[in-house]
Formats: sequence, structure tokens, C-alpha cells
Amino acid sequence: MRQMVAFALSGGGYNVKEAEDGIAALEVAKTQKFDAVITDVNMPRMDGIELIRQLRAMPSYKFTPLLMLTTESGADKKSEGKAAGATGWLVKPFDPEQLLATVRKVLG
Amino acid sequence: MDITRFHATFFEESRENLAAMEAGLLDMESGGGGGDTIHVVFRAAHSIKGGSATFGFTAIADLTHLLETLLDEARSGKRTLDGVAISALLGSVDALRMLLAAAEHGDAIDQAMLARARAELERLLSGASDEAATQAAPAAAKPAASAEPQGWSISFEPERSLFLSGNDPLRMLRELGQLGELKVACRDDALPPFNELDPFEAWLAWDLQLIGNVKRSAIEDTFAWVEDQCTLSIEPLADGAPAAAPAASAVAAALPVPEAPVAAATPAAAAPAAATGAGRHDAGETTIRVAVDKVDALINLVGELVITQAMLAQRSAELDPGLHEQLLAGLGQLDRNTRDLQEAVMSVRMLPVDFAFSRFPRMVRDIASRLGKKVNLKTSGEGTELDKGVIEKIVDPLVHLVRNAIDHGLETTEQRIAAGKPEAGTVTLSAAHQGGHIIIEVGDDGRGLDRERILAKAAERGIAVPENPTDAQVWDLVFAPGFSTAEALTDLSGRGVGMDVVRKNINALGGQVEIRSRQGEGTTVSIRLPLTMAILDGMTVAVGGEVFILPLNVVVESLQPAADHIKTVAGDSRLLRVREDYVPLLDLADQYGLPATRTDAQPIAVVVESQGQRLALEVDELLGQQQVVVKNLERNYRRIAGVAGATILGDGRVALIVDVGSLSTKTQAAPATITEEYLQGEMAKVIELSKRVRKVA
Repeated sequence: MRQMVAFALSGGGYNVKEAEDGIAALEVAKTQKFDAVITDVNMPRMDGIELIRQLRAMPSYKFTPLLMLTTESGADKKSEGKAAGATGWLVKPFDPEQLLATVRKVLG
Repeated sequence: MDITRFHATFFEESRENLAAMEAGLLDMESGGGGGDTIHVVFRAAHSIKGGSATFGFTAIADLTHLLETLLDEARSGKRTLDGVAISALLGSVDALRMLLAAAEHGDAIDQAMLARARAELERLLSGASDEAATQAAPAAAKPAASAEPQGWSISFEPERSLFLSGNDPLRMLRELGQLGELKVACRDDALPPFNELDPFEAWLAWDLQLIGNVKRSAIEDTFAWVEDQCTLSIEPLADGAPAAAPAASAVAAALPVPEAPVAAATPAAAAPAAATGAGRHDAGETTIRVAVDKVDALINLVGELVITQAMLAQRSAELDPGLHEQLLAGLGQLDRNTRDLQEAVMSVRMLPVDFAFSRFPRMVRDIASRLGKKVNLKTSGEGTELDKGVIEKIVDPLVHLVRNAIDHGLETTEQRIAAGKPEAGTVTLSAAHQGGHIIIEVGDDGRGLDRERILAKAAERGIAVPENPTDAQVWDLVFAPGFSTAEALTDLSGRGVGMDVVRKNINALGGQVEIRSRQGEGTTVSIRLPLTMAILDGMTVAVGGEVFILPLNVVVESLQPAADHIKTVAGDSRLLRVREDYVPLLDLADQYGLPATRTDAQPIAVVVESQGQRLALEVDELLGQQQVVVKNLERNYRRIAGVAGATILGDGRVALIVDVGSLSTKTQAAPATITEEYLQGEMAKVIELSKRVRKVA
């Protein structure tokens, strides 16, 4: 999934950095400012919702689009994510075109 | 974006809309169909007009405009539609159909027909009473107004915290701007004095008007991420009122849309939706249109999957069930899933038989009025589902049978009254499931078939008649080529292309036809069709080292004949005694020019029945029963007599499907010539081919 997202976004001309879970992502986010963050909900060590909560608490990510990847059945995850500060979500499965369209949308 | 790819959709929908109009008009003429019918007819006309105008088919748009004007007056009660008006409306439906065909296939426009349809409508519109005439002008203007795209009025009031989730109202406005024409008014009344303003909070609210045929769900999608962070209301714009932007503040402006090409394409994309919208309220978003070849590709793929699954099942049969319990359980699951999938996919191709029946009310009306007969058409079982391919091919035979029923079957009104029957004849069209088959029947309550006349005609035409024929055998003569009993040829039926073509077409579908008739009471033609042509329940048999498939629906029984039950008559022909009957016995190996591999083993005979003919086929071994996917041999190779098609077995081998019908006709015609007929060369080639495929597999 992560490779697919990274591949699609690089193909769309974006500069992509991958991290394998929430804690790794947080580390990278501290050293570099990203224009948008896309995270899966289920991840080892730190899940996507906690990652969003922590990122949103960082001043440099206060207004950054933070998107989560959910499944259709995970309605409660959506609201949980929103409460943690997520900008929005993308429902799996999606194709690279949908992903790019969504990213273009939030990045204006 | 290429607009022409929407044309196909427009044509298809317009045809459906025309059919709906026709059905509605006929309902109205017969006094049925309540007050809603006129609205249905009007909506259908309106959809066609909208679509044709969008795509620049002006001739269609002009004619529908007249039609719509007339319908609008009827709809609002300013005009009642009498028989003359309905005939004129039906005439313009025909003209529209012609124009559509012209636009779709580039046929020449029948100007005379178009002019006639226009003239009739215009005469109706202008020749109306003074009262109606004065109202005609505003009525004509009204459809134009209601053709204005409708739209939505949206109020969007974000909570202060909106920015803190990384959401930007501009993004949503921009998205809405791509859905249609967006008018934006910003409400800044909540804005605090500058020194109290926190730039990280959202203080502005928006009143938006989105003009165009936009689905509510598309708007809701736009706001999905923020629905818990705003107050949102989405209301339809009242009556397509001219959308003057509400008291616009200084910030208000039509939002500049940076992606110009996308914006330009949007109206085109929205247009077919507009054409669809009005006509299909009920269907809504619960159906999608898919090209037939996509469905066929899907069916083909499932067919391949069935073959793969059969292969796995066959390979796994050799595994030790103790050692591979889980694998075998998984394969069993795969078997069930494959079957379910196959059924589900096949059902996609199924359509209600109404698709074929719906054209008949109009046709019956026209034929009956031309012949001066009174005819009621009764249909039943319209919801019965049948493969789309079969439905398309069944229409012509049905048309022929219905014409026959009205023309030849039903008596003239005087004859009916004299016979003490109701003045109006009844023609019935019915469809029903029966086992693995669909039965479609065309019946009439007319004079019935005349046994003596049919026999006389058959003798006159030199058609072979069995001795002491039963009624069924006599009725069967009607299907013989060149048979026609009409005393006077009319322009409707009885032109020689008759029942033999009907039978041929139905046989080509794997179906059978038979007639039931009683003198003075009527005639019923019964068509038996397989549910689908793509998959067949087959009995696999081994013959001469090859595997053949016998369609299970023709198999009656199989038995091991005792030597003294086989009689040789007239040279080569053999008969097998099955209880009290003798049936012709054919060695399949012989039929297909295969070497006789059977030595000592007792032969097995499979008794099959097709078109009322019984036949025993000698085979080496019965292998089993399985569903096979029929592969068309004609399309992939060429037509071979005696072979209905081919299939691929679980182990990758090609097996031929035996065409029992053609075997039995051969026996009837000239029993001695069969072996030459089934040219060994052809068969050897196919078998060679199958061996090559096997090697590859």
C-alpha cells in the first residue's frame, strides 16, 4: 500500500518520503516540513490516528493537510481521526488517479 | 473530452424514451394508465429534446419541441388528446425514431415522413380552439424555461476551528465550481473587530448557488471532510429561477477557476446526466450502463476461471485426502465460490423478456387496424429473465408469429360474431420458467389450424407426410420450407419466408418450437429456449480415445444393450430395442471418423431426444457430468456438421459438443450417407488441433 501511494505520488510530480510506521513518520516530520501527510490507520507501534494527533500538536503542522486511508467500514475511525485533527480521508481501495486528485485538491 | 462517446448513451436512452412514450400513448388511447401517464410521456419527450439540443441534433430537437408543446398543453389540462391527436403523436414518435437512426448510422433522413409528422403536430397546435390557440404561445415558451438547468442553494458556515484540521474553504468552493456554474456570496457579519481577530479561526460564511444538473451527493461529497465542522444546508433552487446572486458583499465574485480545460469540459459531462435525469427518476443511481462487450469479456473470464477450477479439482483428486485436508477443503470452497460467481456474472446478461414484448402493443394496434380486426393483446410473465443475446434474436420470430396470429389465426369480425365468439380477438404473449428452460408462447383464440387444408397443401407442395399423422405431426408440416396456407397473400404475412425461418432461428438459439391447436378454439405456438447459451450442462463420454460432450438436456437415458437387442437392417443401419421401441443406433466413433478402439468391452448406448426424434448413440465410456463453457467453433475455426461447439476440459483438452439435432436429421434423411457426410478430413483437423492445445496446456 505504502509503495503504491509513494509510486503514484512521485508519478504525479510530488516529492515523497516514506516512513514505515507512526513513530518513524514523526521522527521524519520533526526534521523536515511536509506540505501534506498521508497515513494508513493501522500501523505497528503508533497508529495513524495517534500520528495525526501528535503532528497536529506540532506548530509547524497546525494547518497542514493530514489525510488518512480508511476502509469503507471504518466509519468510526473516520470520526476518531477527525477528532484527532485529520483533514480528511480516502477510502480504500482507490486507484492512483483518485489519490492524485485528492492530493491535488488539498494542496490547491 | 470527446463528446461523441456520449452519443451512444444518448441514442440508447432516446430509444428507451421513445418506447416509453409509445407505451404511454397507447395506454392513454385505450383509456388506461391514469393521470401519471401523460407526465411520463412528457418527461420522455423532454429528455430527448434536452439531449438532442445538447448534442446539436437540431432536427430531433425541433420536432420534439413541437411534440413537447402539445404534450405540455395536455399535461396542464388545456387540451384533451383524442384518437387523432394520439395518432399524430405516434406518427411523430416514428419520425423521431427515423431521425435517431439517421443521426446514429448516417442513414438518409426521410424528409417526407418528417414533414408529415411536423405538419400533423402543427395542425393540431394551430387548429385548436381559440382558447387553446391563445395559450399555445405561452405554453411554447414554458418548456424552454423549465429546460433551464436546475441547481442548488447552499449555505456553508464553518466552525471557527475549520483551519485547524487543515481544511480550506477555498478548496471546497473550487470543487463546487467544477461541478457547475457557481455563484458565491460571502457573509462576513460574524467577523470581529480587527484587533480581536484571530487569523487562525474561520469567521466567514458563504451563500452559494450552484447552477446545473448536479447530484446532491456530489455536493455532500465535497463537504464530507468538514460535515462535523460546519453548519451546512443544501436546498434545491426553486423552479430553476434565474439565479441572481443574493445581496452580494464586496468579496462576492464568480469564482475564478484556474483549471480552464476541466471547467470547459464539465458542461459536456453534465449534459448526458441532464438527458438521463428527467426520464429515470426511479432508477436513480441504482443502475449503471455498461457496454455489452465488457460484460461478455467478464463472462469469458469467468468461463476461463471455471476451466481452471475444474483443472485444479481434477489434479487434486489424486492427492491423499489425509495429507492435504486443508488444501482440499480450500479447493472445495473455491468450487462453490466459482459456481456462485459464475451464476452472478451470468445474471448480469439477463434481461426481462419485456424488452422483447414491449414493442408488441404498438405493432398489434397497427396490424389490427390495417386488417380491420379488433384485437386485444394480453401479455404475461414479462419479468421472466432471459439472456440478452437470446432476447435480441427472439424478437424477429415473435414478430412473425404475432403477425400470423392476427392475420391468419384470428377470424374476421363477422366470422367471429357468426361463431358466437367475442367480437374482439385475443392474442396472448406469455413467458415462463420451466425447468432449465424458458417457454415463450404466442396464442390466439381464432379459428385454429385446419388439418385437412394443411395436408392438402403439403401434398400440393410435395412435402413428405408421415403415414397416419397425428395432429402434432400435421401441425409440424407448417414449419416445412415453402409451406404457406394463406389463401390471399397480404402485405403482412404469408410471403413465403415463413415458419421454416422461425424454426431455423429458434433452433439456432438451441430452442424448439411446437404448435398446439384446436379447430375453432385457437392456436398456440410454444417456443422452448435454454436459459443461456454460454454454459451447458453436459454429459462427458469417451469415444475412440476422444472426449465428447452430450448436452444433458437431450439425454434421456443410458444403457448397456444386450447383443440381441441390436438389429441390423437395410445394410448398415442398426436399430436398438429400448423396451418396446426401436430407435436408430449410431456409433459416435463412426460419425466422427475415429478409429474403433473398443474391442471386447460392451458398448454403452446413450439415448438422446431432439425435436421429437429419439436416437441411441454408441459410446465407449460414460465419464461423468459437468458444466462446460461453450466455445464457438464457427468463430474460432469454421462450422462443422454434427458439432455444436467445443469446450476446454479440466485437463486442458478440447472436447467437441455433439449437435444431436443435426445427427438425428441426418438419420432421418439418408441413414447410409452419414459417414461420408462427416468428412473425416475435417474431423481429423479438429482433433489434431485439440491435441496441439493439449500439449500447450
